[in-house]
Amino acid sequence: MADTPKNIFLKGLWKDNPIFRQVLGICSSLAVTNLLANTLFMAVGVIFVTALSNLTVSILRNHIPNRIRMIVQVMIIASYVMIVDIVIKAVNPDIHRYIGPYVGLIITNCIIMGRAEAFASQNRPWHSFLDGLAMGLGYAFVLIAIALIREPLGFGTLLGYDLPAREIWWHQWTIMVMPPGAFFMLAIITWISRRLQITAEEEQE
Amino acid sequence: MEALQNTNFLTSLMIIFLAAGFTNNILMTRFLGMCSCLGVSKTVNTSVGLGLAVIFVTASTASLNYLVYYHVLVPLGMEFLRLITFIVVIAGFVQFIEMVIERISLKLYNALGIFLPLITVNCAILGISLFMLNKPYGFWQTFAYGLGGGFGWLLAITLIGGIRENIKERFLPKGLAGPGITLIIIGIMALAFVGFSGMIKI
Repeated sequence: MADTPKNIFLKGLWKDNPIFRQVLGICSSLAVTNLLANTLFMAVGVIFVTALSNLTVSILRNHIPNRIRMIVQVMIIASYVMIVDIVIKAVNPDIHRYIGPYVGLIITNCIIMGRAEAFASQNRPWHSFLDGLAMGLGYAFVLIAIALIREPLGFGTLLGYDLPAREIWWHQWTIMVMPPGAFFMLAIITWISRRLQITAEEEQE
Repeated sequence: MEALQNTNFLTSLMIIFLAAGFTNNILMTRFLGMCSCLGVSKTVNTSVGLGLAVIFVTASTASLNYLVYYHVLVPLGMEFLRLITFIVVIAGFVQFIEMVIERISLKLYNALGIFLPLITVNCAILGISLFMLNKPYGFWQTFAYGLGGGFGWLLAITLIGGIRENIKERFLPKGLAGPGITLIIIGIMALAFVGFSGMIKI
């Protein structure tokens, strides 16, 4: 565990990016990316939960009996998710109506369980916090990239505002609003980023 | 909903089952259960195994969570605790089933055993319990919804497993092999499932 904080951070953002590298947390990334505003709320929620649950699991790591650690981790995560759920409901009820169930599903988002299990239960609190933060940011970055393509093509808007000169050139890509659009976009992003990583590795050798 | 109330009880259960399985397929239109789907769908056999386990657990936990929510949390005015309660019910149930199966049939345990821990973190299960809250269902309708949701998941993952078995990954571009191509397959299949949508409203 000789990783420097900077290294941990970069790993989460790019090298071990939860979505296209570890293939975790796909479910929610697809459902909320049709509108950028939904995505931003979801991203902030996930960053908050990964960072803090990693921190908590790490602080308690020597006190949790090994046999029941999964349940304890789930409880810790669920408590933070509840906070996020209630806050989003208070701040923006409209968005909550749409992404509400998916906010609840942050609990079973495998990024968070995966990092708590793989990283936080073996590392010091400060490093775990950074790892959680970086994983959350890595997740957010892919989500926002998808949303930035889906919302303009599907609705002709960005964050709810019309694109410039929309009526002249814009034509709705219905598929971007529908679920298949999300699958295709994620596939393309996975393809591009894996390709870039493979090229980088080959150059190093 | 009016259409549902006018038909007889069993028909309404059947409609909910079909709607949850096809028109609102949980994997194709709600994106739930993707993580374990991408990991497990390499062959048909493992897909069917996990799928059966998921049907059983979704149907049981959706019903259990229904009872807990409407008969414990609502009377106590503690709806805000629903997330933590649901996940504890699911995790506890899976753990319990694991122990029961181990006692009753070692053969079944060996076949299903590796899938059970995966189920606790399968978002389809928690998802069904959460989506059920938005619908005006009674107990048996919730059961049918859970059963149908699980069945839809089994259907989707088995189809994907069948296609993936026949793909020769070495002919693909390097970056696309693995998750990339699976997502594209799912995307194309999702297009087909979108064709079902609107046929039945639940």
